[in-house]
Amino acid sequence: MAYRIEVGFKVKDARALTFIKRVSSFGFKIEDARLFDVYTIDKELPEKELKVTAEMLANPVYEDFKINKANDIKGFDWAIEIGYLPGVTDNIASTLKEEIEDLLNEKFAGGEGIYTSRLYFIKGKLKREQVENIALTSYNPLIQRAEIKDSKQYIKEKGMEIIIPKVRLSSDIKADEVDLEVSDEELMAIGKSGVQNADGTRRGPLALDLVSMKVIREYFNKKWRKPTDLELESIAQTWSEHCKHTIFAASFDEIKKGLYKEYIQKSTNEIRKRKGKDDFCVSVFTDNSGAIIFDNEYLVTDKVETHNSPSALDPFGGAITGIVGVNRDAIGFGMGAKPIVNRYGYCFADPRDERPLYKTADKSQKMLIPRKIMEGVIQGVNVGGNCSGIPTPQGFAYFDERYRGKPLVFVGTIGLIPRKVNGKNSCDKCANAGDYIVVIGGRVGADGIHGATFSSEALSSGSPATAVQIGDPITQKKLSDAVVKEARDMGLYNSITDNGAGGISCSVAEMAKESGGFDLDLDKVPLKYPGLTPWEIWVSESQERMTLSVPKQKWPKFKDLMDRRGVEATIIGTFTGDGQAIVRFKGQEVMNVDMEFLHEGLPKKFITSKYTKEKYEEPKNPCPINLTSVLEKMLKRLNIASFEFISNQYDHEVQGGSVIKPLQGKGRVNGYASVVKPRLDSKRGIVVSQGLYPSYSDIDTYHMAASSIDTAIRNAVSVGGNPKKMALLDNFCWCSSNEEERLGQLKAAVKACYDYSLGYEIPFISGKDSMFNDFKGFNEKGQEVKISVPPTLLVSSLGVIDDISYTIDCAVKEPGDLVYLVGETKEELGGSEYFKELGFVGNLVPQVDFKKAKKIYENFYQAVQKRLIASAISVVSGGLGVALAKTAIAGGFGIEADLSKIKTGVKRDDWLLFSESQSRILATVSPKNKEKFEKEMAGVPFYLIGKVRNDDQFVIKGLKGKEIINSKINNLEKAYKETLKNY
Amino acid sequence: MKPKAIHIVGYGINCEEETAFAFEKAGAESKFVHINDLIEKKNLLDEAQILVFPGGFSYGDDTGSGKALANKIRNRLSEEILKFVEKDKLVVGICNGFQVLVSLGLLPATNKNYGKKEVGLLYNTNARFECRWIRLKMNSKKCIFTQGIDEIDIPIAHGEGNFYASKEILKKINQNDQVVFKYIKENGQLANGEFPYNPNGSLEDIAGICDETGRILGMMPHPERAIFTSNHPDYQFMKEKLIREGKKIPEIYEPALKVFQNAVSYFKVKV
Repeated sequence: MAYRIEVGFKVKDARALTFIKRVSSFGFKIEDARLFDVYTIDKELPEKELKVTAEMLANPVYEDFKINKANDIKGFDWAIEIGYLPGVTDNIASTLKEEIEDLLNEKFAGGEGIYTSRLYFIKGKLKREQVENIALTSYNPLIQRAEIKDSKQYIKEKGMEIIIPKVRLSSDIKADEVDLEVSDEELMAIGKSGVQNADGTRRGPLALDLVSMKVIREYFNKKWRKPTDLELESIAQTWSEHCKHTIFAASFDEIKKGLYKEYIQKSTNEIRKRKGKDDFCVSVFTDNSGAIIFDNEYLVTDKVETHNSPSALDPFGGAITGIVGVNRDAIGFGMGAKPIVNRYGYCFADPRDERPLYKTADKSQKMLIPRKIMEGVIQGVNVGGNCSGIPTPQGFAYFDERYRGKPLVFVGTIGLIPRKVNGKNSCDKCANAGDYIVVIGGRVGADGIHGATFSSEALSSGSPATAVQIGDPITQKKLSDAVVKEARDMGLYNSITDNGAGGISCSVAEMAKESGGFDLDLDKVPLKYPGLTPWEIWVSESQERMTLSVPKQKWPKFKDLMDRRGVEATIIGTFTGDGQAIVRFKGQEVMNVDMEFLHEGLPKKFITSKYTKEKYEEPKNPCPINLTSVLEKMLKRLNIASFEFISNQYDHEVQGGSVIKPLQGKGRVNGYASVVKPRLDSKRGIVVSQGLYPSYSDIDTYHMAASSIDTAIRNAVSVGGNPKKMALLDNFCWCSSNEEERLGQLKAAVKACYDYSLGYEIPFISGKDSMFNDFKGFNEKGQEVKISVPPTLLVSSLGVIDDISYTIDCAVKEPGDLVYLVGETKEELGGSEYFKELGFVGNLVPQVDFKKAKKIYENFYQAVQKRLIASAISVVSGGLGVALAKTAIAGGFGIEADLSKIKTGVKRDDWLLFSESQSRILATVSPKNKEKFEKEMAGVPFYLIGKVRNDDQFVIKGLKGKEIINSKINNLEKAYKETLKNY
Repeated sequence: MKPKAIHIVGYGINCEEETAFAFEKAGAESKFVHINDLIEKKNLLDEAQILVFPGGFSYGDDTGSGKALANKIRNRLSEEILKFVEKDKLVVGICNGFQVLVSLGLLPATNKNYGKKEVGLLYNTNARFECRWIRLKMNSKKCIFTQGIDEIDIPIAHGEGNFYASKEILKKINQNDQVVFKYIKENGQLANGEFPYNPNGSLEDIAGICDETGRILGMMPHPERAIFTSNHPDYQFMKEKLIREGKKIPEIYEPALKVFQNAVSYFKVKV
């Protein structure tokens, strides 16, 4: 017997009102709506307990409930119920289950369960088709279901049905052998689309090319047997682009060592050597995060990940698993770091773009429109970050229509870890032979199968829906607290790592490198529901799990602690030292592969590339007469406009250490860098920022990368960051990385990473790549389209600040203060926001001179240390004009500036205002500090261009001394905040 | 002797470290106690003078903020908690902790009827999690924690902070001087429901309440996140001004720390 409890508000329900507003923003008119939370309990419960359960759910002050009884729909025309499909993570249901178990003091039996859904009553003259579309504004058919009834049907059938979305799997539960003695075509088909099931369907991509498939065949031939499906899946996971970064490791044209070793790693090694005793790097590129020294007692760790493919299919689920997943890169660093700051970065298409895309020619599978992707992604990080109690101050949103097929979702986490744990270096960890293999946290389901191999492929009709997962931040918070706040310092384990891509197949194989092998029993892995095949259990990416190596004698204590913290902990095998990777299922060996082959057997790839640079048309129109309206248009551009609505919904105050916040000054301007004080008992802080210029890639990826690096550093320096205590992270999100031209673009960008990080002596400490961000499908006319993201490199910066009282924000402080532009301005508008506004790409992309820039940043840092700077803003997209406007809006005072004070070869006022020349900072200085500041800036170009006014006037004179802009802060602020204000 | 504050942790509570730090800065001794450990060893409460329900997302706010943790406490610890409340001790719930106290019926507990649900903290009017700094006016002569505070700038960060009560309960808590904090505008006038000054739509701009004794406080805003001047959104303005005047930059934002100091001195005075 299943029970249905419906809980609704007796008083005004804010969710219903925002539902009406939201539905109307999609163009549907509804007069009224009501919402009910529905709990379907598939378990026998005594009447009394059932009532108590309902009372636990409804606060009688403002809610009431109905048990197994339809609500009164009078006054409403339609009922929509939205629930989950079988197997989709349902966090609310898990909580209620725990509550009922606590109430009854007994566990749910296998097969019993709870499922939640939401019931909407809608009033309005609507046709069924319209109601279906209204439902679609609020659910994703990939993971959810919607039932719709009109009021007549609802009354006649006495409400909605009880639906129990229980997972029913009836597959044959065993490991299959796979025959690789087949034609090359079939071998390629297996590699591309997966092992064939009995019914002819395929299991989803292995992402193995023909060469790799042949190497695998040869290996098993030598063992005189066929591989099992699990072995094949396991090798595919371990060798995937996602895990092994095959493109960065490949022999690349003349670079035999590959791009990673020859450029990224080499630069870091050289910098560390040069810095000598001042080297602050502690762990680079090897662990789940990179780490640098914070102070005498602590390290800070940093990692930025992407979760692009899952976010395209289920934006909420993709983003929440992204952020909660990258938190585990902190928890899984060394012996376990505490997450202290989250970062985010989104590349979307214009949310106003409603052109549909389909996966198939018959338009049967519609992709989500940009607005739904944007809203879902933002909400995913909202829930993931906020629920985990980690501040999320730093981020950006970037827009380009080429992110329409696949958005980019960057998520990062900074961690804090004592340098010594139990007397040992906290970053050293080693699973010993004989240790138990222990998994803690969530259980395994079919969710997230093939995440690693799937993200190594372009998005097309074969993309599996099972690649989608929904995060459960509370399960993770429990395990995070238990590990980082207790078990770590009690010395209860020898090693720990995260379960991300490839699930336990990757985490166990990776940790087993430390001991030299493993022997694991899949029957012991805790499952969400029965019926999973061995290979599915092995590669599932079900979330919120960590793998640990626990010495046998410490297991009882470890297990006891986890039990008391509500964290499920299970021994699933033993680490060994015999060089073998062994997996058992129902007493049978289903995997027996040499560790050596598993990790080193991947055939080396040879890549050839070329790079043909394109020439673009230059804009020919003359300088506009009314530059005031041009500036306002610029401020309305998506890549310049305020995204305050995101900052406001991400908790950036939790943990009590916020200093430079995401919104700065009275005018609440989105800053480019954040400062956080992670230790409450110390003045020390960290600064985090980033740089990204995808549109420069159209012209030249080398300069794109150089500008991104320069910006990531400059943004941090502008708030008080020390360029000598800074590190970088790279995230390459490329497209079509099997095409020579794209690979040529990649090579140039990576080369710039070498040249510029070395030039600045600011090392890369961690990185990640995602190489196939392409969408292949069909447009509204049924025509085949391929949409590739522009080659995108996110460079993130992390710096240590000795004393957070030496920081500055971007808001001008006092009337009369002098306005200085530091750095040179050239005619560099190729790929700029201004040229995009004009509808052109141009050719003169900004180029960076790191020698000059380095000096600027070092001098600037000294000026900040002497407290000579009142405010500063990094000059980025939109150039000087936008920087002047933002700094004035933030401070609430007008500015007058004279462009003729700038020594420059630029001949046009609009070029000068909107050039995106790098390495420039706009600063204000108290007149009292004029001389000191100018002395401090000796040797670098700087220009006194104006002053802060005592009113709200914003006035700029052009090169010829004539007024070219005359506006008020209010008008500028309105323009700046208009574009995204209704999201 | 320092009074001892016990901070309940576990299941998604996440503000315990900064709250404990604030109490220690104010002169208390802080101790974290996992809710499961407290259920196992109920007498742990005996050693504490102050019981703290820190902010966070207990049970992820699933089934409504604060409800699930309150249900667990009701099932397992109600006797001990009631016993604690009856003694001359202090209880504070911040944000999610306030939601828990409300769900437990420890606030406002009119007529000292501890355990009866009388008010609610509903979804914010924009139905979205909101993080921003707001300004409060202290309104109660009774509340132990807030004496000597007039106005305070303080951050909120919640999705369900919209204070709701029936007219009768509102009347009672007003009569009994149980309304501790109200949201105000920058000029000191009541927010009167206006966003963003009243960030969530709370009735009568109520941001925090106490019980009839003034010993139990619940509030949505986070004083523990405001104890340093560097937390303050005007920090950069203030700092620049002080530098120009040749003055020192104070480290502590007094009104926020005062909440914790008041709690500590309540016991110091007694000893």
